[in-house]
Amino acid sequence: MQEFVWLIPLLPLLSAIFLMVFSLKLPPTIVAFLGTGSVGLSALLTCNLTWKFLQNPDLITTTLWTWIKVGELNANVGFHIDGLTIVMMMIITCVGFLIHLFSCEFMEDDTSYSRYFAYLNMFVSAMLVLVMSDNLLLLYLGWEGVGVCSYLLVGFWYQHSGNGYAARKAFIVTRIGDTAMMLGLLILFTELRTLDMQSLAASAQARWQTGDFMPTLACLLLLAGAAGKSAQFPLQTWLPDAMAGPTPVSALIHAATMVTAGVYLIARMHGLFTLSPQAMTVIAFIGVGTALMAAFSAAVQTDIKRILAYSTISQIGYMFLALGVGAWTAAVFHLMTHAFFKALLFLGSGAIIHCLHHEHDIFKMGGLWKRMPIAFASFLIGSSALAALPFTSGFYSKDLILLSAYQLEEFGPILWAGGLLGALVTALYSFRLVFVVFFGQIQTLPDKENGWRIGLPLFILCILSLIGGYFSLPLNNLFPMERNGHPAAWVEMVSIATPLLGVIVAYVLFIKSPSHIPRSLISPHENKLSRILYSGWKLDEIYDRLFVSPYTRSTSILLNEPVDKLYNAVVLINQKLNAWLSYSQSGRMRWYMVSIAVGFIVLLGIAITIPKGFS
Amino acid sequence: MLELALFYIAASVALFATVLAMTRTKAVHALIYLIVSLLAIAVIFFLIGAPFAAALEIVIYAGAIMVLFVFVIMMLNLGEKGDARERQLLQPHIWLGPAILSLVLLVELLYLISTVEGPASSGSVSPKDVGLALFGPYVIAVEIASMLLLSGLVGSYHLGRRFLDRGL
Amino acid sequence: MQELAVPLNHVLFVSTLLFTIGMLGLMIRRNIIFILMSLEVMLNASALAFIAAGAHWGQADGQVIFLLILSIAAAEVAVGLGLVLQIQKRFKTLDMDDANRMRG
Repeated sequence: MQEFVWLIPLLPLLSAIFLMVFSLKLPPTIVAFLGTGSVGLSALLTCNLTWKFLQNPDLITTTLWTWIKVGELNANVGFHIDGLTIVMMMIITCVGFLIHLFSCEFMEDDTSYSRYFAYLNMFVSAMLVLVMSDNLLLLYLGWEGVGVCSYLLVGFWYQHSGNGYAARKAFIVTRIGDTAMMLGLLILFTELRTLDMQSLAASAQARWQTGDFMPTLACLLLLAGAAGKSAQFPLQTWLPDAMAGPTPVSALIHAATMVTAGVYLIARMHGLFTLSPQAMTVIAFIGVGTALMAAFSAAVQTDIKRILAYSTISQIGYMFLALGVGAWTAAVFHLMTHAFFKALLFLGSGAIIHCLHHEHDIFKMGGLWKRMPIAFASFLIGSSALAALPFTSGFYSKDLILLSAYQLEEFGPILWAGGLLGALVTALYSFRLVFVVFFGQIQTLPDKENGWRIGLPLFILCILSLIGGYFSLPLNNLFPMERNGHPAAWVEMVSIATPLLGVIVAYVLFIKSPSHIPRSLISPHENKLSRILYSGWKLDEIYDRLFVSPYTRSTSILLNEPVDKLYNAVVLINQKLNAWLSYSQSGRMRWYMVSIAVGFIVLLGIAITIPKGFS
Repeated sequence: MLELALFYIAASVALFATVLAMTRTKAVHALIYLIVSLLAIAVIFFLIGAPFAAALEIVIYAGAIMVLFVFVIMMLNLGEKGDARERQLLQPHIWLGPAILSLVLLVELLYLISTVEGPASSGSVSPKDVGLALFGPYVIAVEIASMLLLSGLVGSYHLGRRFLDRGL
Repeated sequence: MQELAVPLNHVLFVSTLLFTIGMLGLMIRRNIIFILMSLEVMLNASALAFIAAGAHWGQADGQVIFLLILSIAAAEVAVGLGLVLQIQKRFKTLDMDDANRMRG
């Protein structure tokens, strides 16, 4: 089996290349079969691999060929598979397969059907390379690859200029983080002389003491890369706009897999991050801060996909919180459960959007629970998991995070309280979504039925979202020992009770007495606070003021090419001189003679006036 | 003393004739004055101890080159109209500017010459010395001059032949 | 070697004056015949300066240069007069300003 590991990322890549080359010639059925089948095959191979791995949990390492060998830098195209990679691969291939299946029906009417599947397959391939690579350089290749695919898919409907803008924004904002990450890699290489995952942590621990400056710097740079990819503060602004892409893309890239790459990176580099408690603290505070900011923003959004986007940012914030407090397993656990229930929510919203004439505004939906029972069930389950109601998958992972946060010595209770507030708001906005969309008055009637290719993925994801909490991850021995102590019972009680409180508040507001809903929860332009929340804490505006408009201003200055003006002046002077000289070429013999005479006089004058001893 | 007096006379004749030659309207008149000027310069050559050069000046310059001018002027067959035009072109406003320029140049040159103090002159140079120098160190220059004359010959033949072929 | 009566400076003055007159003629005349004559005057003036200097130093070089100037003048006049004939034929004038074909 070990020899066929490389087939897993290769199959979607081959399919992507095939679909790109023959895009216009293929009938949709073959496109769908190829695109979905290749990922399905990868998923089967991954399941097989996982089965083998669970029976015999050895590291699997394959080196295919040497990629770059310059001086001491020796980057292989090689795969290193351990428990963390297995978890990520399972998420990518299985959830990816379900989303591909969903897309077959969702995108059926689109003219660029094969282009869509080509990009999506390429994304799966790049993401697999990202998680499977055995060195940071190959990881970076996959990292950039998923960035490109994200750009291509956000701007998939490029005919609309707003989508192109969103795609560019997603690409450029993540690029900021990627640049920082590149710097981090360079620091690691110059300091440790290796980018290999296995030897990196060991040599880092051998070289540096805990709390040294260098590992902190490298960690913070890697963190910037992770924050860019995972849409954490202050680089989260691209994710809500990235919802311009097709909904399955949002499910796959902007909820389940790509945005969690940052979490994967930090979890993968845990050996390095443990050397820098400062960086860990920064991660924890960024996580909890982002979780709160995004949760509040989500509570006032009206676009169904933007609600989910902000909730994704918020949930990844929880994962960062877990990473920051050293609860690696909890972070990866939440990553997995989040992949299930957020993919479920996105696909559910996709199903609704698909049937409702591409309507995104939740206040134009309503009363859909009878008409769309499958979508209702998936939303109910997904939202319960998102809100971490007991016995759903989200409950176990989020509870684990909050308890681990509470046990941190220094800032533990603060982080815990922040996370708890976030959980309250999360429950509020997720059930606001459910209540507004599925109850109340019917506003828009669905115009078509969803087929099995939409229903089946939803059904499977529903089950996964429910039972995902009972999976035991093969992460033993991978991460350093975590705190196993149990905090006081009241902490646990509060953690369980808070989401329920949020649900009750949402119920009271939106079902029980809909007339008393605060206006700011319906119309985001009602007052100043809700406007700020609606715009994502005005970060876009601030960045516009700080970076974008100075840049555009300077480019508009440069547009007139001020430097060229200088050279143009040289040209102009030469042209004028030329005109002047050609005027002197009059063809009048006497005039020439006069000029010769004048020149002669001047030369002689110089000869006379220079001092005698000079010559 | 006699030589000095003769030099001044010859020099004044040369200058006067040249000025007249430059200001004539009829080309043939100018040519006659120019020949006079050349003869006067030949006298100067003789006086400063270069009799061979004086002979060449008369034979080649006054004899050959000027005769060439005369032939050409005769072939051109210039009429009265040209004379009137030339007279009109010799107005003060035409020659004033160039005259000032020339004057400035003259002053500069005279100043330069007057500042040079050479040793006493050392007598005449015989044609034999010239011949020895010419075919000794200057033999390359002689070859080059011969090539120049050859090209002048070919060039003038070429230019003049077409003129004669087409007829006047 | 007998002492020469004529001072070098005086000969050079004469030569300079002749040169200046020749140049003046070159500047004020438009007729190509006169232009050629002015050139002859200028060449002659420089030849005079060479002869005088050569005689002054008692060297043959001055006269050698005179001979070279002579051949240059002969070649120049031959070609120049050939051109005069062509110009007269083509432009029906000897005025060099009228024969100007340049657009400047």
